This record gives sequence, C-alpha cells and structure tokens, in this order.
Amino acid sequence: MFGFSTETLIDFALTAFETIAILLAVVIAAALLIWVERRLLGVWQDRYGPNRVGPFGILQVAADMIKIFFKEDWIPPFADKAVFVIAPGIIMFTTLMAFAVVPFTETIGVVDLNIGVLFVLAMSSLGVYSVILAGWSSDNKYALLGGMRTAAQMISYEVFMGLSLLGVVLLAGSFDMRAIVESQAGMWNVIPQFPAFVIFFIAGIAEIHRAPFDLPEAEQELTAGYHTEYSGMKFGMFFVGEYLGIVLISCLTTVLFFGGWLGPILPGFVWFALKAGFFICFFVLLRAATVRPRYDQLMAFGWKILLPIALVNVAITGAVVVAMA
Amino acid sequence: MLDRVDIKQQLFERFDERTFTEQITADGMPTLWVGRDKICDVLKFLRQDSTPAYRMLFDLTAIDERVREHRLNQPAADFTVVYHLLSLSPVAEIRLKVALFDDDLTTPTATGVWPNANWYEREVWDMFGITFDGHPNLRRILMPPTWKGHPLRKDHAARATEFEPLHLDPKRQDEEENALQFKPEDWGMKRESGDTEFMFLNMGPNHPSVHGVFRIVLQLDGEEIIGAVPDIGYHHRGAEKMAERQSWHTYIPYTDRVDYLGGVMNELPYVMNLEHVLGIQVPERVKVVRVMLCEFFRITSHLMFFGTYVQDIGAMSPIFWMFSDRQKAYDVIEAITGFRMHPAFFRIGGLTMDLPNGWDRKVKEFLDWFPSRLAEYKKAMARNSVLVKRSKHIGAYSQDEAIDWGITGPGLRSTGVDFDLRKARPYSGYENFDFEIPTGTNGDCQDRLDVRIEEMFQSCRIIEQCMKNMPAGDYKADHPLTTPPVKERTMQDIETLIAHFLTVSWGPVVPAMESACMVEGTKGLNGYYSISDKHAMSYRTRIRTPSFAHLQQIPLISQGGLVADLVAIIGAIDFVMADVDR
Repeated sequence: MFGFSTETLIDFALTAFETIAILLAVVIAAALLIWVERRLLGVWQDRYGPNRVGPFGILQVAADMIKIFFKEDWIPPFADKAVFVIAPGIIMFTTLMAFAVVPFTETIGVVDLNIGVLFVLAMSSLGVYSVILAGWSSDNKYALLGGMRTAAQMISYEVFMGLSLLGVVLLAGSFDMRAIVESQAGMWNVIPQFPAFVIFFIAGIAEIHRAPFDLPEAEQELTAGYHTEYSGMKFGMFFVGEYLGIVLISCLTTVLFFGGWLGPILPGFVWFALKAGFFICFFVLLRAATVRPRYDQLMAFGWKILLPIALVNVAITGAVVVAMA
Repeated sequence: MLDRVDIKQQLFERFDERTFTEQITADGMPTLWVGRDKICDVLKFLRQDSTPAYRMLFDLTAIDERVREHRLNQPAADFTVVYHLLSLSPVAEIRLKVALFDDDLTTPTATGVWPNANWYEREVWDMFGITFDGHPNLRRILMPPTWKGHPLRKDHAARATEFEPLHLDPKRQDEEENALQFKPEDWGMKRESGDTEFMFLNMGPNHPSVHGVFRIVLQLDGEEIIGAVPDIGYHHRGAEKMAERQSWHTYIPYTDRVDYLGGVMNELPYVMNLEHVLGIQVPERVKVVRVMLCEFFRITSHLMFFGTYVQDIGAMSPIFWMFSDRQKAYDVIEAITGFRMHPAFFRIGGLTMDLPNGWDRKVKEFLDWFPSRLAEYKKAMARNSVLVKRSKHIGAYSQDEAIDWGITGPGLRSTGVDFDLRKARPYSGYENFDFEIPTGTNGDCQDRLDVRIEEMFQSCRIIEQCMKNMPAGDYKADHPLTTPPVKERTMQDIETLIAHFLTVSWGPVVPAMESACMVEGTKGLNGYYSISDKHAMSYRTRIRTPSFAHLQQIPLISQGGLVADLVAIIGAIDFVMADVDR
C-alpha cells in the first residue's frame, strides 16, 4: 500500500504525458486558430490577412502572443479586483477541463467518464460564471450589459444543448463519449439525429458566444461587452478561451454526430482532425457570412423554435428506441 | 412667379400689410421682415393655413448685421433671425426675418410651431447669443459648455492665434470633464420611476457605432430605451466662420469637407448660388460633368452607408467588398479630378479642367462592374432574413413626422414622399435625364436601406446617360468673373494681365446680395445661403445640412427600442458628423 509498483508508475507517467500532450495540442490548436481565422476571413473578404511574419504569416501567432504578454496588464481602480482577476481564468479552466472527456481516437483521450456528456455540460455551465463575473466586476455599464446578456443567453442555450444531446444518448445507451462514438460504427448520428445536430451546433455557437451570436460582446452595440475593461494577458485569456471553445464545440460535434475517429483507410486521428477542422472552418465562415440577431430575437428563437424541436426529437427518438428494443 | 405674388397677398390679407417689410433678394425668394411679436403667428399661418402650406422648417439661422455696410434698404437691425420655410409640393420657399437690437436680443421661440426649431434655436443662441423666449432648453449645442462668447458674432475671434495659447492643465481638464457630465435633471429626465432605477448609458463620442464623434446619452430600463439625449459639436470646425475670411474662390475646398462623403456634391450648391448671383451661364458640358461626378459621389456615399449599416447590424464582410467597389468609383473620380474624396473640382463658372482622354472608358468599366455586384449585395444582405428582422418596423416615422422634423433625402422618401429636388425643381440640367425616384412605404430602417440601394441603381443610369451624351464645349464659362479666369484671355495687354492677376489672387468681388441655393445631396437637402457685402469674401455663409436635422429626431424614433435598435437607427440615418457640426 505504501509503494507503487513499477507498472503503476509507468502507467501514471504515461497518463500524465498523454494529458499534457493533449493539453498542449489543444492550446496550440486554439492559438493557431487566431491565425487561421484571420487568414480565412481575409480570403472571404477580398483581402490578405496577416501574411508578413513567417511563411504565410503563421508566426503572427507568436508575434501576437509576445505582444500580449508584454502589454500593460491594467486593472481599473474601480473594479472588484479579486473577481476581476479570477474571471478570465475560469473560462480557460472549464473549457480545458471539458476536453478531458473528449475521445480523440480509440486510444487517445484523457479519461473515459461514464457521465462524459454530463461532465461537458457541467463544465460549460460553470464557464458562464467567467463572463458574468467579468461583466460584474468591471463596474462598467457596457460590461454589465454584456454580462447580463450572457447570463440569459448561455443559460437558455444550455437547455437546448442538453436536450439535443439526449437523443444521442438514447441511441448509444450511454453518457460515455467513447461509447457514443463506437455506437456510430454503422451510421453517424447526424443522420438519425439531424435536428439534434442542428440544435446542438446552434446552441454551441451561442454557448461560446461566437458571431452571429456574439451579443455579449457585440462590438457595434456594447463596444467590447463583458471584456471592455480587460487588457493584456487577461484579455488574452478570454480571447484564447473563445478559440478553445470553438475547438471544443467542433470536437464535440465530431464525436457526438460525425463518428469521431471512425472512417476508412486513414488513421483515426487524421479522420478526427479533418472532421473537427471542417467545423472550425465553418465557425469562421459563419462569422464572415452572417448578421447578428437582436438579443430578444435570439432568446425567442431559442425558446419558441429550438425548444419544441428538441423536445419532439427526444420524444420520437425515445419512442423509436423503445419500439426497436 | 404666381405663388410668389400669392403668398404675399395671403399674408397681407391675413395680417396687416404694415406688419411686413419686403426685401428683394438675388435668389428671388420672397423675403419678408416681420416684427418679433408677430413672428410666431406668421409662422403658424404659413405652416397650416396658407396655400401652399410651408410644412417644413428648412432652416433657422441668424446674421450679425453690425458691421454690414451694404444693407440694401433693409430695416435697421443689429442681429437678424432668419427663418427659411419650404413647401414640398408645389416646391416653394419663403424667408422670414426678424430684426433684433443689441440691448434686447430676444425673440419668441418657434419650438411650439415646429419641433425641429429646438436645435436650430440652440445653435443660434450658441453662435450669436440670441435668446429665444420659451425655449425648453436653451443651452450650447456646438461649442463646449465652458465656451466664452458667441463665435459667429463679428467681434469674436476667427483664428486660434487670436486667443491666448491653450493650456490644458489638470485643473482645467477636470473642469472640462465635469462640464460634460450628464445630469438627467437638466433634460427633464427622472433617475427612477416606481421601483425601477434607470441606467444612464453614455454612448460616444468614442464608440464603434456612432459613426464619428457623436455622443448620445441613453436612459435605459434594462436594455429598453426610455429616453435619449444626443450631444453634438465634437466635430465642429467653424466652417461657417471660416467662410468669412476666405475668398469666394478659396472657400470651395472647405465645402467638400462638410459632408465629407459627398465630395463635389457639396460644392454644387455653393458655386451654383454664386453663378446665379453673378449671372454666369455655365456651358452644357460643365453641367453634365457636374451631374456625372455628383452621381458618382452619391454612389460612393450610399455604398459606404450600405456597408456600415450592415456592419452595424453585425455582418462583418460586406463592408470590405463595398470598400473595394467604392475604390473603383474613386478610381474614376480620381482619373477625372485628380483627387479621391475631396477633389474641389468645381469652380465659379465651370470646372478646374476638362475631362481627360479616355474618361468614358473608365466610366464604362465602372458601369460594367458595379450594378451586378450591387444586385448581389442586395440579394445577400438587404434581403437577409435576420437583417430584415432587425430593420423592419424599426425606427419608423410617418410622413408628417418626417416633414415636421425637417427630414429630407432618402429618409423622407422612405416614408413614401416622392420628393427629390432633382425632379421637383431640377438644377444643373437634371431635367434632361431619365431616372426614377425610389420611395418606401413604412419609413423604417429597411425602407431607408432599400431606397438608397435603388438610388445607386438610378445613379448608374444617370451616369450612363452622361457618358453617352456628353456635350462638347468649354469646361469654363466665357464670363469675366469665372474664377480662375480663362487663361487664353490673359496675354493681350497689361489690362487683361492685371484683371487676370486680380481674379486669380482675390477672385471676384461679389455685389452686395443675399442668395440661397440647395441641391439634393447624398444625405438630403444641402443648402448654402450666402450674403455678400460687396467684398472678395463672404459676409456670412450659412450651410444648411441634412444630417443636423436628422440627428435631432433620434430621441423620438428610438424610444421604446432596445440598444441594438438604436444602433440600427443611427446606422440607417446615414450621417457624417462633419455634416452635423460643420
């Protein structure tokens, strides 16, 4: 009891290594996204985007990082200091935690929780605090309005997100992400659960408040919304947190609806990366192509359209599953 | 001619003939002096009971008469308040003047007759120190609240060098900041109602969606707008004061920068006004070139509006595409005038230079490129269901409200009034062109957007007609006062050389006169009211800009909306702050 066997130690080391590797990969992917997004937007908007630093401007990411680290990290004198400092950390933390249950391939993945789906939902609920606290502690009217919008938007859309996932869970008979992927060997969930996929994706955009649902930080209305008062690396954490969110939602979409690593010929990881990459690009395209709805319209859309569809979907899926059994 | 006699007779019948003193002005507009005790009654009569009814208060301004030498038999006055009224159908104008004296600079307010008199009277008070009795909130509007003096008075300094050097030490800075602090009580606003405590949100003057340095303070209940107080003046550069120390000719470049998206469109009312006064007939070619360039600027301005409007609604990309297209229009403008945004291309009596060789090829390239792109934007953006939801029935006002508040241009046409000065009272040869006036029905943001998109198509039609039917001829009128004069006439003898030298260095000495001229600008009716005291520079220049009137209406049309609606409303007005503040 007092000593570890060599085997346990090696096992522990391997898990730790895997965890750190995944963490790094995810963070690097999120950072690279800054560049990917700017270049893709450039392509779609008749302009170049960053193309000066390094090949194709890819080192822009490094330049941005260096810049943001050396920026003055200013805390407004009127802010609630402790909360102001903690808030940006929360979003990073909860999003990274959610990655723990994402199965990247048959073998790669931090942990297989049998409540994986619930864990993700729980983490994304906690993430709301980050934005609300940031908006609240800034003691700035724009930040406050942004925080209020976020609270309403994220809490509402969590409901639809959870409901949309019920269908998937019913089909797989498990909350375990890995089991859900394996249940899709015959057919990807996107086919039987198409409405759920659409709802999940829309709710996902709202959860990470990306354009067109970027109301909490709607530049034209609230200058920068909840992070108006943030600068330096604290702002950077919100920024990276947003990109982590994109990666997370893309990974979850892949896992839950598009068969995760499943695919012919190519290795599992490549399939996973391709699928997730596709959704990441789709996020960027959405930002380039859409118009922002109004706050109340967004809420009405959720409660009046998404909610009934999600409920009907759960009911039908349940009925089918029972009938098949 | 008929209604001119008519309206005067109506006035003489309704009031005593001795109430009025008539003045002959160079623009032929009926101009009557009225005592200040009668002015409100006369204004009311003209607004409601006369035929035609002058439904719109087009402009309200003042003149400092104290050092004017040639007063042209006008009644004695130290200051004159000028009311400029407009009837849209039939198009008719009338000018009323009230004489005031130094010892009692007070006249009754017209805010009871027209709601939009409010800002105009504040401006007159700010600039001249004339008090309007009964005005609800007579305070500075363009100058900072801490300003001393009234800038458009003749005894007020015109140059920065006439002041002590400015030291903005911390104490002064605090004072200035405190002066700008918003106090709801000053505007008759409550801080709370029942158990609701209102939030006062200061938007601007530095905010992404206020299009320049415009400040608006919102009284919010949650995100619902209960009240709004626009605060302007941050872009005030004293354009009217500058006119009093520039020669008639050298003021032209300043006009470009009033509506800085309108370019040469600003020059048109200014030079046409002077040409009319000086009796210069410009050649047909000049008229057509002017029309063509103006329509180009209408397109670039509307395109800028379209891009920024959809950007305000949250669409990120179209602005970039539209900037590319706008640049194509600027390429043509630059090839013709040598400058992109502010070419200062029109001259008193003509143009700077003739069209360059191959201009028509460039124009054709643009016409081949642009309309299909615009059609695509219209389909992708103006018909986008989310955008329609954000714009339809938002910021709507009726025809009557529009006219009461002095709304002109696309903002007026969006309510269904088909008033376009290019058709209603054509100038610069617009009567020779075939085009339509797009109108809306609801007067909401969506209609304002649609009207402007259609206007761009119509502008393309006009440009095409210019291209196909460009008359041959001179680019300058053959007139002694054309400025700068035709060079070929110089080298005859010493007299012609002297004459040329004087006209180039001073420009024309405009005979003592008063005259106003307006055009259908990019944003609405844009007018210049010039007063000459027989000098090489103007005695008083009044610039009537559409944006000023449009901003005044914001509180009315934004009430009950959300913050996001306000952004759409501000975007759909399409103003530039230089056009508001001058």
